Amino acid sequence: MLNLLGEFIGELRAIGIPVSLSEHVDAARAVDVIDLADRETLRATLAATLVKDGDHLGAYSIAFDVFFAQRDSASFSVPLGEDGSGENPLAPGVGDAQGPRGGGGASGQLSAQELAELLYRALRDGDLEALRRGARDAVTRYSGMEPGRPVGGTYYLYRTLRSLELDAVEKRLLADGAGTAPGVLSQRLERDDVAQRIDRLKAEIEREIRERLVEDRGADVLAKSLRRPLPEDLDVMHANREEMAQLERALRPLSRKLAVRLARRRRRRKRGPVDLRHTVRRSLSTGGVPLDLRFKPPRPAKPEIFVIADVSGSVASFARFTLHLVHAISSQFSKVRSFVFVDGLDEVTRLFEGSDDPADAVARINAEADVIAFDGHSDYGRALAVFHDRYAQELTKRSTVLILGDARNNYHGARAEILADIRYRAKALYWLNPEPQSYWNSGDSIIDQYGPYCDRVIECRTLRQLEGFVGELS
Amino acid sequence: MSITDPRVELAQRLGISELPPVRFDSPKHVLTLLAENEYLGDDAIASVIYLADRLAKPILVEGPAGTGKTALARAVADAVAARLIRLQCYEGLDESKALYEWNYRKQLLRIQAGRSEGADSEQWGALEEDIFAEEFMLSRPLLEAITARDPVVLLIDEVDRVELETEALMLEILSEYQVSIPELGTVRARQIPMVFLTSNNTRELSEALKRRCLYLYVGYPSVERERDIILARVPGITQTLAEQIARVVRTLRSLDLKKAPSVSETLDWARTLVILGREEIGDETAAATLHILLKYQTDIERATKELLGPTKPIA
Repeated sequence: MLNLLGEFIGELRAIGIPVSLSEHVDAARAVDVIDLADRETLRATLAATLVKDGDHLGAYSIAFDVFFAQRDSASFSVPLGEDGSGENPLAPGVGDAQGPRGGGGASGQLSAQELAELLYRALRDGDLEALRRGARDAVTRYSGMEPGRPVGGTYYLYRTLRSLELDAVEKRLLADGAGTAPGVLSQRLERDDVAQRIDRLKAEIEREIRERLVEDRGADVLAKSLRRPLPEDLDVMHANREEMAQLERALRPLSRKLAVRLARRRRRRKRGPVDLRHTVRRSLSTGGVPLDLRFKPPRPAKPEIFVIADVSGSVASFARFTLHLVHAISSQFSKVRSFVFVDGLDEVTRLFEGSDDPADAVARINAEADVIAFDGHSDYGRALAVFHDRYAQELTKRSTVLILGDARNNYHGARAEILADIRYRAKALYWLNPEPQSYWNSGDSIIDQYGPYCDRVIECRTLRQLEGFVGELS
Repeated sequence: MSITDPRVELAQRLGISELPPVRFDSPKHVLTLLAENEYLGDDAIASVIYLADRLAKPILVEGPAGTGKTALARAVADAVAARLIRLQCYEGLDESKALYEWNYRKQLLRIQAGRSEGADSEQWGALEEDIFAEEFMLSRPLLEAITARDPVVLLIDEVDRVELETEALMLEILSEYQVSIPELGTVRARQIPMVFLTSNNTRELSEALKRRCLYLYVGYPSVERERDIILARVPGITQTLAEQIARVVRTLRSLDLKKAPSVSETLDWARTLVILGREEIGDETAAATLHILLKYQTDIERATKELLGPTKPIA
């Protein structure tokens, strides 16, 4: 078990969850006092001793599933209750999938209709046991899994879900519930209820697929491909819808945390210039000798921020995200002004001021901002020119300019000299690029033409990088 | 490879001659005991509490506000029949409020009383030793928990509110169960108390603190658990109403609200509905009482719109 634990910790570290040596020792001591046969206790135990951040629990849980899926029975003398029953039907399941998909199941397998009926009933009654069985059969029947095939789990998941036609099931469940209780509220509750049950089924299927993949190719191979990034390491540009929601959830406490940290740093920087009046007053008690110097409170540094964000299709999710963050901490800055552009440019500060819900503001930006002048392909040169024309005279030595974008200019003119003038007028100019550094200057990316005029060009793909940057900013 | 029992090891270091018995036999036992004290836990909670007892480690409980973190500590204290010592953290909390303080007035009195006997240097030496004795110390929650002879549970509430530097005050207690006082030496624990720290995650806690604790994340409960919580905590409520309340709350939490309803607010709502004599939640009841669950006007408007359809008036 100790070796196993070491390997598992190695896997966690590979994901990015920091595990210290003393936590390793704690875990080793903890597994000594628990009942190893109980998988859920083991899961909770290792989580309590190794994972110290609530946001990391999702990634941990998947790593745990993958890692311990096979090893339980080998490493522990006691067979696992839940998993033991789960593993036996696996072997025929995988074997069965080798044949052509339409060939139906082996004997004892349900027909397509029976399966649909089983799932429907399991969903209706909330019967978890039947749901598991149904998920298992559905995967066997529909996923078309072939041993040794290096395909990711999402492919199988997609195939299974498509064949199950869950939308129809959902409608049927809703039709069942309708009529029993009148009222808008109860209908809404019913809808959420059904949606949640279907989600549970999907999760079951996903888990089942994962288990079989592990069975097929071994946990070591799979650990890498199934590894799920921690929320702060998610690539903003490539996040799917669920991950995006996760990111937005992570963003809220982050902005609060940043605000606390910034405020604290300001408070800590106690000394302003010597306060002569106060010092002389104090020196009276020491006979006019100024033993005790007094200082003025520091002048709060309140930088003005101009955010200029590319909101064209290629980087929209990133821009949205950063606008969220900047506005969430706008209390820390005396003035935040936001501009968005594609090939035209428009100021959107007022849209953020009107509402205190950032998601709402972003929606309004999409609807109201006038950012497209010609063809809707980003044109940095034109956007910069418009900005310079209209707003450059408002830049002062207290202004920091942030430009968010990938600098993919669709082969328009760069007009970098405008950027040079903006830099000249402002205190600092940063360019945040959501693309990995290795892609810069490939194709129509012209970040190198702008780079020399920026104080820094920063790769900013994840929450962690963004957090680091905003922390430095103030 | 044998690992020595951490409790035995700790007891030896602290010089506790007889080791107190284990508080819980198994995670299941934890669940039963908590349930007797009107706290419905789940497997993760039970496992972590069981571990904390067996490994003699503090528990850091994190999660959204109002999910029963503080209530958990209270329930555990009741379950093991221990006194709950609570340290509420706030910005500006310092050593003299958290650990100990010299009772300056009493020291002064002692010095004045001694003066009449006539002071020479020898006497002063004795006096100095005298006034820095335990008798002249005011113990604050942390020290009190360490020195208590009766069983105690120490709750350090909302630890994320103190400054990063103040956190360091607690490190010695959390890992060694002892406090070093310059004038007195090291005060060791007379028993091994259970320690809970709660945090609403408003800031990142230091690595050092996290490393010393077991971590428990308490999120919002599932519909079934929430229903059971309502049934356990609200007298006179019917099964159907409790279930309906739990479902409404789940739907509300899935909306993008400024402040999602907490478990305690759910309980308040349930109590209100019972007092109002409602058997079930109709559209109107919901519209009239949503303000108990939600604390922001924008949230209430949004929830009304989502739950009851756009045409309904708010009041």
